[in-house]
Amino acid sequence: MWEYTEKVKDHFMNPRNVGEVENPDGFGEVGSLACGDALRLSFKLDEDKRIKDVKFKTFGCASAIASSSALTELVKGRTLEEAEKITNRDIAGYLGGLPEEKMHCSVMGREALAAAIANYRGEKREKEEFEIVCNCFGISDKEIERAVRENNLHTVEQVTHYTKAGGGCEGCHPKIRDIIDKIWGEREKKPELVKPAKGERLTNIQRMRLIEETLEREIKPALRQDGGDLELIDIEGSQVIVALRGTCSFCPSADFTLKQYVEAKLKEFVTDDITVEVEE
Amino acid sequence: MRTVYVDNNATTQVAPEVFEAMKPFFHDLYGNPSSMHFKGGEVQKASVEARERVADLIGASPDEIVFTSCGTESDNAAIRGTLENYPEKRHIISTRVEHPAVWTLCKHLEKRGYRVTMLSVDREGRLDLDELRAAISDSTALVSIMYANNETGVIFPIEEIGQIVKSRGIPFHTDAVQTVGKIPLGMKGSTVDMLSLSGHKLHAPKGIGALYIRRGTKFSPLLIGGHQEKGRRGGTENIPYIVGLGKACELASRHLEEENNRVRLLRDKLEQSLLDKIPNTSVNGDREHRLHNTVSLSFEYVEGESILLLLSNHGICASSGSACTSGSLEPSHVLRAMGVPFTAAHGSIRFSLSIYNTEEEINYILEKLPPIIERLRDISPFWRDHIKASSKQ
Repeated sequence: MWEYTEKVKDHFMNPRNVGEVENPDGFGEVGSLACGDALRLSFKLDEDKRIKDVKFKTFGCASAIASSSALTELVKGRTLEEAEKITNRDIAGYLGGLPEEKMHCSVMGREALAAAIANYRGEKREKEEFEIVCNCFGISDKEIERAVRENNLHTVEQVTHYTKAGGGCEGCHPKIRDIIDKIWGEREKKPELVKPAKGERLTNIQRMRLIEETLEREIKPALRQDGGDLELIDIEGSQVIVALRGTCSFCPSADFTLKQYVEAKLKEFVTDDITVEVEE
Repeated sequence: MRTVYVDNNATTQVAPEVFEAMKPFFHDLYGNPSSMHFKGGEVQKASVEARERVADLIGASPDEIVFTSCGTESDNAAIRGTLENYPEKRHIISTRVEHPAVWTLCKHLEKRGYRVTMLSVDREGRLDLDELRAAISDSTALVSIMYANNETGVIFPIEEIGQIVKSRGIPFHTDAVQTVGKIPLGMKGSTVDMLSLSGHKLHAPKGIGALYIRRGTKFSPLLIGGHQEKGRRGGTENIPYIVGLGKACELASRHLEEENNRVRLLRDKLEQSLLDKIPNTSVNGDREHRLHNTVSLSFEYVEGESILLLLSNHGICASSGSACTSGSLEPSHVLRAMGVPFTAAHGSIRFSLSIYNTEEEINYILEKLPPIIERLRDISPFWRDHIKASSKQ
């Protein structure tokens, strides 16, 4: 059983400000049914541009409902500039803390608020601005970066607790690790593999060696961290044929990892025309 | 606050008769059965009797019963103890809906170089036996398939499976932790070589289990030590708990039929009434081939943990296959293997009854649950969307 504070229990049992504001000034929605939680937030401003009315509807567990309720209490009466400064830590703090595994509920609150404010300002959240890292839960690099910075996160597990990213097939763990390392600058520099200059032709032997080396050095260690693996079966020109092993062999996002990670790495380190296929 | 406990697939209360039977073995009868003096003799007799009772419940011989500390140990002993005897065979067959005691062990062995075939199930949680036939190869060391599923109660056709497995001469283990004491079993003439059971699922305490090992089955012990359990499990016998398990098995065989029929009626009433009272509700799993005490229901557009906590507030104890309760972020691997849509899996609740449940308790649940679902749907952003969408049609 989760250890919830009395305040979490109170806001779950007696949630404040449930509903939808009619003709709202701002409206934001994050999460989905598939993800297991979702929050729809709407607000109306008064003449002084302070949040006069704010309401939520939430699908999710007790801490998701409590976090939503806490969020509405926190933003009421504030200007948008003030509200914007509220972090997920403020939401969790207001509730007297949340179990580490449930911190993502507070992050969802913050994301919904940001979405609603952006909606009020007429800003569109540009698709090009971010890249989806966790395919299972649809979590972007920007969301992960923000959670890592604001909550001083250092492990992939923490990122999963705070954002849900990496909590499904775990195929994105290497990418999350990269984001953490980039932010805290902990990455030990590995000697760079030398990618041939544009136009420089590789002999077949050189190309094969480079592919093998990239697989061994760049790709397999990351997959193995999550119990996955792949085996190089054949190389036909620029087509690399592999077999999936370990957790990769039954991962629902294996195709995604294959294209977005394995193929991308090979393109990066070998040549741009590399394609990766799974053995028939 | 009253307690209505309908989470008996998680654990059961110790039967008062079981507790009474155990008591003397903590103070008066504290001997070690291996001792030569009379204190050893007293408890030796009790342990023999308990072994007979366990064997009786599953239609086995007492010498085919090995006491263990829990169901997980029984599963580990069966699987590892078999693999050790076939070092050249590196293939295991199991299913995608196994309990973690088997599932996680298979995953572990996979990382150690074993090839593991996890058989799939259909939307109702049923196996395709042709998939099993196709999966068996000369390198298959063991087939381990659960008897009945802990989350949905779906019962697999174990003897039919066993015939396929045995026709290829492969050892066959079944995790029957949810089955023993619920449906009659007869190991004599069965195709099962090894069967795991756990005390705390049938009103014995936690911390005691057993493994049935058919005579002649190749087996190496997991715990190596003394000569206890005929060298099949080292370690001084946990006599009070062995006595408790024996008593629980005796009670179970006595009550098997009449009590089960009564429990089935209660389960059916609970299930049908909830389906009637609450819209957008469905049953997970094959309703025909199912344990009489279990029902898994999905309430769309609400989340399981919230339902459980509100039920708990009324003293009702159930469980859920939702992500938030599984300790991971994804809903139960069983419901996912069945292809239950995420929308339904997140709102899944399992009720598992026991002989101690009454009709009055079922009525209490029927009174408390519908308003809980209604209340959570009022908070859920998707419920009104759903109502709007369906009214347009």
